This record gives sequence, C-alpha cells and structure tokens, in this order.
Amino acid sequence: MIKKARQHVSQNESLIFERSSPGKRAYQLPPLDVPAVDPKDALGAGNVREEIGGFPEVSEVEVVRHFTRLSTYNYAIDHGMYPLGSCTMKYNPRVNEAVAALEGLRWIHPYQPDESVQGALEVIAALENALCEITGMDAVTLQPAAGAHGELTGMLLVRAALEAEGRPRRVVLVPDSAHGTNPASVAMAGYQVRNIASNEKGMVDLAALEAAVDEDTAALMVTNPNTLGVFEENIVAVARILHAKGALLYMDGANMNALAGISRPGEFGVDVMHLNLHKTFSTPHGGGGPGSGPVAVKKRLEPFLPLPRLVNEEAGWRWDYGRPQSIGRVRAFYGNFGVLVRALAYILAHGGEGLRRATLDAILNAVYVRKKLEPYYELPHKAPTMHECVFSDARQAGRGVRTMDIAKRLIDYGFHPYTVSFPLIVKGAIMIEPTETESKQELDLFIDAMISIAREAEENPELVKGAPHMTRIRRVDEVTAARKPVVRWTREEEK
Amino acid sequence: MAATYPENYRYTKEHEWVVVEGDTATIGITDYAQKELGDVVYVDLPQPGDSVVAGKTMGSVESVKAVSDVYSPVTGEVIEVNQKLADAPEKVNEDPHGEAWMVKVRLSNPAEVESLLTAAEYQSYIEGSES
Repeated sequence: MIKKARQHVSQNESLIFERSSPGKRAYQLPPLDVPAVDPKDALGAGNVREEIGGFPEVSEVEVVRHFTRLSTYNYAIDHGMYPLGSCTMKYNPRVNEAVAALEGLRWIHPYQPDESVQGALEVIAALENALCEITGMDAVTLQPAAGAHGELTGMLLVRAALEAEGRPRRVVLVPDSAHGTNPASVAMAGYQVRNIASNEKGMVDLAALEAAVDEDTAALMVTNPNTLGVFEENIVAVARILHAKGALLYMDGANMNALAGISRPGEFGVDVMHLNLHKTFSTPHGGGGPGSGPVAVKKRLEPFLPLPRLVNEEAGWRWDYGRPQSIGRVRAFYGNFGVLVRALAYILAHGGEGLRRATLDAILNAVYVRKKLEPYYELPHKAPTMHECVFSDARQAGRGVRTMDIAKRLIDYGFHPYTVSFPLIVKGAIMIEPTETESKQELDLFIDAMISIAREAEENPELVKGAPHMTRIRRVDEVTAARKPVVRWTREEEK
Repeated sequence: MAATYPENYRYTKEHEWVVVEGDTATIGITDYAQKELGDVVYVDLPQPGDSVVAGKTMGSVESVKAVSDVYSPVTGEVIEVNQKLADAPEKVNEDPHGEAWMVKVRLSNPAEVESLLTAAEYQSYIEGSES
C-alpha cells in the first residue's frame, strides 16, 4: 500500500519524544582542531552533569516539521474571526512587528546605562504620555505584565494612598458582573470583597451602592463598559457616591476598546485604572503574549507608583529611585518592553482620529452582530450595548442545547468560540466581541454560522450536542480530564 | 423527575442541607445545587478542628463550569470531613443527600437550625428560581 502523508490540517502529530531515535542529531559540528579535553579534568567531576536520560534525538527538519505541524492545531486571529467576548482579540498589525524589530530596540539590554538607551527611554515616556492622554489620567506605570497584575498593582496603590493618608480601610466593593480576576486581586491586596448586585439593566445599582459604601470602603472596582457591554450611564454619580465617603473608584480597563478616543475615564471620576495593551492596543494576546497591564492614576496616587519612575532632566532621561512612598517594584526591569514598543507603534500609526474610528467600528460591528442575531438568540439585557453583546442559550436549552454546545459547533464552521457562560449574571451566556478588525464579509460569515447553528439546534439537536465533528480531536472529556488529570507523559517501556 | 428532599433535613437559600443528630450536624449541598453546577471535579473542605460560622464560607465546590463557595448553615467546630470526596468528587452528583455529605460539625448553638428552611419551603424556593 502506498502511504501518503495527509494534509497537515488534519494530520495528527506524535510527541517529539516518540519521534526520537538513538544517535540522531539536529546539528553537525566541524572536527575539533584543538586537543580534546575531558571536562571532568578541567572542571572537576562534581561540576560535570550526567547526561539527561531519554531526551529526544531528532534531526533538524523533524524539529521544524513537528513544531510547524503543531502550530496548525491552533486557531489564531491570523486564521479568522476570534469573537471571544471581553477579550478584544484584535488583529496584531505587522507594522508593530517591524517597529519592534528595529535594531536599536531589539538588541538592548536592561542593564545598559541610561545614557546608552535614551531612545528606548523616550519610547517608554512617549507611551506613558499617550496612555495619559487617552485615559485622561495624570500618570502611568508600564510595569505590570498583564491585566490581573495591573489590578493587583492598582489595589496596592489604593491601599498605600489610604494608609498614607492615615485612614486605612478594609472593604472593596465588586459588582456581580465583574471579571473573576477583580475579586481575586482585591483579596490578594489584603482587602475583603463585598459583592453588589446589578440592577435590571445590568448596571451598578445606585441605591445598593449608596447603602454599601461606608467609612470602611476603600474602593469600588468597576468595569466600564461592563461585562454585558453596557456603558455605566451613572458612572459620574457612582464616582460621587464613593468620593463623598472618601472611597476611590477603580476602573478595570478590559473594555477600553469601547472608549479609546471617545471617552476618558479620568473625566468621569476614575481615580485608578488598568489597561490591557494586549487587548485595546493590538499587541499579541493569548498564548503568544506576553501581556502588558499598565496602571493609570490621578495625581493623588502618583507618589505611590512602582519604582523606578522615568524622569527627564537636562542630561536626558533617567530612572529615579528616590520615591519613598512607592509601593516598590511589581516586576523586574520596566515591564514587557517589546510589547510597549508595539503598543506605541499602534497608537502612533492610528493617531487620535484613527483610534476614535477604530472604537466606532468596534461598536458598529458589535451592534450589527447583535441586531442580526437577536431574532435567533435570547438577549436577556436589552440596554444598548457597545463593543460586545451577551445573548443566552435560553431558546436552545429547551432542546437540550447549551451555550457550550453552540460554541463547540462554531468550531466546525471555522470560527473560534465566543466566551461561554460569562458573565455569571446571565445564565447560559453567549458573549460576542467582534472588534473593529472584522470586515462586513467576515461578520456575515460568522452570523450565518450562528443562525445555521440555531436552526440545527431546532432540527437536529444531537448534531450540535456532539460537536465538534470536523476537528482532529473531537469533544474532549473535560470532566475526566479535571477529575483524573494525567499531567505527565510516560514512556511506553515505563508503563 | 423532581428530586426528593428529605423531610428531616433543613436547607439554606445557598443550597446546603443540614441534618442534626444530638449535637452533631451533617452538612452537604442539595440535589438542585449539584444539577446547577454540573459535573463536580473538586471539593475543597475545612479541616477537623476548624471553626465554621453560619452564613460564612466553609469551602468550595469546583465543577467544569464554575467554582462555588459552600456556606456553613450552622456555627460550630468541624469534627469530621468526608475524605471520600477528595478522590471521588462525582459522588456529589450521584448521591448529594447521602454518601456525599461534606462535613460534620459539633453545634455551638443548636437553635440556629430552627431558622433554616424546611424541605417544603426549600422546594418552593427552588421552584421559584427555576422559572
């Protein structure tokens, strides 16, 4: 029988360990032109490592093919739409990569003296300034390595400020629609979490807030627009209620893609917030990362920002460590510098007007998806939405088809699933964020897929419940994987 | 099929049950709770000797969908924990009112139990939330 390699998109791939055969090498060194030395003689036997048993031995092309094939297992924004709500999976423009690859930026080392990296320091300063302008805040730290890290940093700033003012507090309020990281960050910063219920529109309930805020409340942590994609229309009143009791307003900037270039949190009462450069500012997101979660603050919190702070003097830019009130470093060096460069490239390539247009397009796309899918999927909260919309599986649940099934079936249509079962205040949530990246053609493809799945749920629910059918690996048994996880590969002969 | 809620148990709006024998209360989560959670994959419980307080978190239950707090319906000291759930969390789905009890607590205020829901009250409470 003639054996033929199948197309890689459907070809399964063994582990690199299983491809190993003894003696194979991925490199060939030239013959030694100096006398051979036994490392044990030169270094002492105790300093020479024994060979690690069982390492894979493969050729170069096998390594290349193995990892290239594995890369085809993945779904990426470069393959198609990635409608993961509250994640802002937008395209990573290639110009960002070109700029980040510039010689002068690519090869610098964080231990280089300040005077030899003035350009890089200026990049950092320029990004800090741009983010201040976009958010309407007074100062920014670029250190935090991701969104949740930014949340923790922000909460530590709140804590430091209140303690320095001689009025430490114990409680942080978090709406029930919040990202799960919010209460976790609050707890890690040593505060007690108190949940407050949303009103029927899915927004912060002013009466509930007023009742909850007291002299022990440090802050409210709010996402705006919230996880339903709804702009908190009372945000100014929310800020006023908090400030009247001496509490601060923290804004989770995960959904900044609905505001950038249009509305500035600093102007609606926010005291401290984080941004996700890997969401709003187009740097790689997900497995590719790394992320970046800058924190922006009002003047009052500036003295507490992480060390060191960048200052501009006659001799140029330098790092200032003389900040006695600082909460200290939150990360080694100055954040994920390569990511910062990409975000600045994105901001400068767009300009203010470009950022505003991107935001309007993101909102337009989400509203288009919402209108087109409303006849087929239940929309539990009817308030106008911005850059994302949240349906529920209520109409499909009667046929036994739940949000997870619809998401799995979407894979068969060539799309990454939307966000499943979040926010928690919507039962069976289907959360969709298209971002400004998508053209009308791609959105229509996605909408057709969702409508087709709604029809399948009516006519042939088993088809949806058994999805995906077209992938290499069908539906995985998540329950057994969680109950009896196998986290270590075992060699055939060791079994 | 509607689940049966034992008449001699008391219930909370957070979907825990409690049954008292002498000064010892046995606590678990209800059939409604396990159905809402879906397949349970991990149960995190307090240690014997720990204090629990009525209405406060005493542990958590993780399903493939979510992690949910378990609240203690009563106040007292934990005297025994169901070790079987560590290796067999699926018991919570299979027999929530029986084999999958979670902790036994020595009650410091047995009168507390009287304020909890009866089986009939709990049943009508969950029928209200199912609509």
